[in-house]
Amino acid sequence: MTLLSVENLSLAIHGTPILSDVSFRMEEGEVFGLVGESGSGKSLTALSLMQLLPNGSDVMGRAVMGGRDLLELSEQAMCKVRGAEIGMIFQEPMTALNPMQRIGDQVAETLIVHGRATRSVAARVAREKLDRVGLAAERFPLSLYPHELSGGQRQRVSIALAVALRPRLLIADEPTTALDVTTQAQILDLLKGLVAEERMAMLLITHDLAVVAGIADHVAVMRKGRIVEADRTEALFRTRGHDYTRRLFAASSHVPARQPQTRAEPLLEVRGAVREYLLPRPSPFAPHPKLRAVDGVSFTLSEGESLGLVGESGSGKSTLTRAVLGLDEVQGGRIRLLGRDVHADRRMPDDLRAAMQVVFQDPYGSFDPRWKVERLVAEPYHLTGRPADWRARVAAALEEVGLEATDAQKYIHEFSGGQRQRIAIARALIARPRLIVLDEAVSALDVRVRAQILDLLAALQESHGLAYLFISHDLSVVRAITDRVMVMKAGRIVEEGATEKVFADPAHDYTKTLIAATPVIPAEWMNGGTDARDAVV
Amino acid sequence: MRGGLALGAALASVALLAAAVSAVWTPYDVTALAIAEKLREPSAAHLLGTDHFGRDILSMLMVGARTSIAVALVAVGIGMGVGVPLGLLAAARRGGWLDEVIMRGNDLVFAFPSLVIAILITAVFGPSAVNAILAIGIFNIPVFARVTRGGALSLWTLDYIRAAQVAGKGRALISVEHILPNILNLLIVQGTIQFSLGILAEAGLSYVGLGAQPPTPSWGRMLAEAQTMVTLAPHVAIFPGLAIVLTVVGLNLMGDGLRDLLDPRLRRAR
Repeated sequence: MTLLSVENLSLAIHGTPILSDVSFRMEEGEVFGLVGESGSGKSLTALSLMQLLPNGSDVMGRAVMGGRDLLELSEQAMCKVRGAEIGMIFQEPMTALNPMQRIGDQVAETLIVHGRATRSVAARVAREKLDRVGLAAERFPLSLYPHELSGGQRQRVSIALAVALRPRLLIADEPTTALDVTTQAQILDLLKGLVAEERMAMLLITHDLAVVAGIADHVAVMRKGRIVEADRTEALFRTRGHDYTRRLFAASSHVPARQPQTRAEPLLEVRGAVREYLLPRPSPFAPHPKLRAVDGVSFTLSEGESLGLVGESGSGKSTLTRAVLGLDEVQGGRIRLLGRDVHADRRMPDDLRAAMQVVFQDPYGSFDPRWKVERLVAEPYHLTGRPADWRARVAAALEEVGLEATDAQKYIHEFSGGQRQRIAIARALIARPRLIVLDEAVSALDVRVRAQILDLLAALQESHGLAYLFISHDLSVVRAITDRVMVMKAGRIVEEGATEKVFADPAHDYTKTLIAATPVIPAEWMNGGTDARDAVV
Repeated sequence: MRGGLALGAALASVALLAAAVSAVWTPYDVTALAIAEKLREPSAAHLLGTDHFGRDILSMLMVGARTSIAVALVAVGIGMGVGVPLGLLAAARRGGWLDEVIMRGNDLVFAFPSLVIAILITAVFGPSAVNAILAIGIFNIPVFARVTRGGALSLWTLDYIRAAQVAGKGRALISVEHILPNILNLLIVQGTIQFSLGILAEAGLSYVGLGAQPPTPSWGRMLAEAQTMVTLAPHVAIFPGLAIVLTVVGLNLMGDGLRDLLDPRLRRAR
């Protein structure tokens, strides 16, 4: 039976068209995947259904659920629908909960607000729901505050909250994007179980094709506010009828063509690196407890090599990265670049610093908004002295990363995320380093942009003989671009080896867990289509 | 909200304009006494009337605006000039002993009611405009230090600061090149608000006789002198009172409006 039928949904915000003629139909109890890149309008489709649109929005079309058009309901009537008939889970578990309210109260609140239960009954139901989402009573009493929980646990609370009233439709907007891969697998399992058990339908919004493959019955692909293709999941994955769908698939499994060019000379040597943090004192006069974020890490990175470092959040990879970059001093062990010591202070000479540059994850936070691109790109010249022809070199670097020389005169807000990441690469290249540290450098990008940046990185590595230290939580990206990989857990490197070997035949249990938890599109679905390696646009 | 900014800017400009014009021209000489003309009601000859010495109130208000604005401006200058570098330094050394010393020093200054200490300073060193400036200025320092440190701390976590560190730049250079320009909007807003508070403080100090000394006219002292004859000639008290209120309200409105305009966190909510 049809649960929700969206017909010709169009949306404009302040006159700018966002959605046009979005139509789809959801059956009761099914999982419907809405896939698309950022800006494709998938989240706003969901927010339209909930009437949670920003001011200045103009909606047209119909969204019929239970005989009523959701778009026509008054705010009062909508308040009864939200939570009771449609539950919603958001991407960011860190901000989706009220930090000042106990988790039990937050779940119970939904029941009380909708007049479904008295306070004491609501508390009992909240307990049941938290039990159901895997937060057992003995470890997770109702009296906990959100800050006492991890990201995955918070997302479980959000889910308990969303399903507390047994809604018939659950909207999950990128529910696992902010989570680690093992946590993601658990949350997806939980959602799958809940949907089957409660016979709820779920609208799953995600950019990740592999996530959809594992859970959705139907999939719709969105682009620029339109649904370009919709079908049963397997059928859509197998046929990929629309050109855009094909390109999306090709990009998501894109492996840049690259030749390993590792040379024998060691470039970066890390020996027994230790980095500890002082934690807050448990009581006013107790000593600070220590957290050993990096616990005796050793590795060697050769000239021209591409080395991956994977690990989940809290594994210590960011701390290790800071130490390698010479931003923090190690408390034990030693880090050497080109045979000379890396330090966090003036003991590290400028020319040594210039041999190592970095590209960060966030294309929006990586640049001073008040500087022009030419000044941003030229910033590493602080280390080497600005050559007389610096403007020409900046222009050359911009062209090398696929931008225009005239872009040097623009400010950073004029560029998209992918272009900014290209500028970040240009900045890293300008001082002609031997090593570029790529700290989650493609994690924030859409799949097609990511494929382009990976191609660019592969090409630059070849033309400049660069070595990469590629830090990421995304195994498929690491697999595509590295020769060798290290797996980090709790401050230690638990496994290390040639990338293909580690992925094909992981030795350590943790590596096996990581690989098993990574969502994949079934291989047989991908056969017969266009070869994933060609045509990335 | 935009209306607030426009109204505030208009009120503040009136005060600024009056102060500027008074430097070259006033309707009457503010030091010349004309007892025969005392306590006149507002008229064509004296737009705002005259006080108990027969001085023209409009002329005194104009010169008084100059005194107030000069004192407040220099005081804000002292606050910014010392507070901002301290705040930048504290943020650059966050968590270190220097940060601790600077911020605890701030707390110490904050712990005293500013006007009381200003009275103490002027009482010890003698009442004068210069001492009033110093007293008000000192209490502006911790305000700017805190605002600067707060704004700078949130910037220090950003990737472009890390990129500058990777480019070998030291903390001082990063503070000047990256941090300062990006917290300028915060400082402009705070500066406007402190400016209005400075005018209020100057009026308060000269009201109790510790600000600018006679014969230099000042709004606070005009109010104090008019107090005794408020039933006899209310306009003598009303006009300086209005001048203080309108200027301070105007500057506050302007500060709020500027914050809405310049603060990106609020911009999104609008």
